[in-house]
Amino acid sequence: MAYSDKVRNMYQEQLEELKEKGLFKEERFIHSSQAADIEVEFPRGSSTKKVINMCANNYLGLSSHPDVIKAAHDGLDSRGYGMSSVRFICGTQDIHNELENKVTEFLGTEDTILFPSCMDANAGVFEAILNEEDIMISDRLVHASIIDGIRLCGAMHDTFKHSNMKHLESKLQLHSDKRLKVVITDGVFSMDGDTAKLDEMAELCEKYDAMLFVDDSHASGFIGKTGRGTHEKYDVMGKIDIITTTFGKALGGASGGCVSGRKELVEMCRQKARPYLFSNTIAPVVVSGVLEVLDSLTASTERRDKLEKNTEFWRNGLEEAGFVLKKGDTPIVPVMLFNAKLAQEFSKELFDEGIYAIGFFFPVVPQGQARIRTQISAGHEMHHLEKALNAFIKVGKKHNILGKSKQEIIDMFGL
Amino acid sequence: MEDMKDVVLNYVIEEYLEDEDEEITYDTPLISGGIVDSFSMVSLKRFLENKYKISIPDEKASPEAFDNVNSIVKVVKEYV
Ligand SMILES: Cc1ncc(COP(=O)(O)O)c(C=O)c1O
Repeated sequence: MAYSDKVRNMYQEQLEELKEKGLFKEERFIHSSQAADIEVEFPRGSSTKKVINMCANNYLGLSSHPDVIKAAHDGLDSRGYGMSSVRFICGTQDIHNELENKVTEFLGTEDTILFPSCMDANAGVFEAILNEEDIMISDRLVHASIIDGIRLCGAMHDTFKHSNMKHLESKLQLHSDKRLKVVITDGVFSMDGDTAKLDEMAELCEKYDAMLFVDDSHASGFIGKTGRGTHEKYDVMGKIDIITTTFGKALGGASGGCVSGRKELVEMCRQKARPYLFSNTIAPVVVSGVLEVLDSLTASTERRDKLEKNTEFWRNGLEEAGFVLKKGDTPIVPVMLFNAKLAQEFSKELFDEGIYAIGFFFPVVPQGQARIRTQISAGHEMHHLEKALNAFIKVGKKHNILGKSKQEIIDMFGL
Repeated sequence: MEDMKDVVLNYVIEEYLEDEDEEITYDTPLISGGIVDSFSMVSLKRFLENKYKISIPDEKASPEAFDNVNSIVKVVKEYV
């Protein structure tokens, strides 16, 4: 047997070490569909508890929407369950093509290719379009899946300080001799809820002849006046060369992702991107659900408008109560607690009050920037938000942090 | 001419330190110390090549050789 005790012990020690460092992640079982009200089993083995979910990426409240479920049922009936093939052998249905066209139209791009997930889209896209003569210049806070894609690509890589346009410009100058240059950013940064300055970035890319890549996973469907994404908010639709996004968050929340942008780049992905070539694409049932989602978002902005109102209520409520927030205008609202232990306790006490919101701390966010990340949904009704706000205030009072500044909280609890 | 050691040190401070209070010296481990990720070394290498009009072979710019200001300067001096 090759899995000797020595090997087993080595892994057990590594896992123990994670536990000791407080880095061990445990799943919490949800015994209901994804929605504002969920039933959670936590800790494992305890009886389930009804709580309000404040930490899903279910921004538009579509994860369990009856219209989406019905469309998925219809898709299941008409196109079956699985494809048992990758796209280019016999794994492409008419509805896959239909979804690609619909996404193209929705995002205002030239063409789109589906991937099993946005992780796969990000992992595959750079290698498909760049080589050793090129340079990728990424924001230092881009998502882990982009980092993986960059690692898999032979092009040179450099970074610029988060959202620092002067620094980006200096990097564009430093690498001006490269054949192709791609500037890489998230549209909405998922930990802080801030948005990339796409107008300035598009201008710099124009000036230095670089392509612009945006991962809009936390924006597609609700950022911008009609929910097309961060490029709509900054009035640069048509100027983003590559957009990647996910169907696993606002757009129904099941799974799947895509690369959308210049048609030659999309075609290169179809010819060369490995997660597209060597992995099954999105199941027909999910494709059918996403088609319905895009139709309904094109027909009406009601859901993203409601999300915007909910977000405003939530941000104002927390601010008036005296919490320290990360500034921004997206539905990602981080409540800053700075100290990791405080963030963990805060989250636990919220749970006791019937509110499900998770604490984030190092290494997910920088040391000394622990927080509770709340995420607002159009699936939240006013009574959800009011109850959650009251719970935050109650727990905040208990720890005596309301109205306290960052420095005061750090002085009280340490970093 | 500005001392090469200080050129490198200042570049690292400007480029990589987010927190102004952090202090580094000529010996501070940069890559193994988590200040510079091995990814971002690229820009440091390119900066030095441009500044001193030299070309450093990739295998000479290993994470070990670029781990502190003193050893970086040693590598660069071989090529100026
Ligand atoms: C910015 C960003 N990109 C990509 C992904 C991956 O999306 P998917 O679940 O479709 O792989 C995520 C999800 O966490 C994300 O936040």
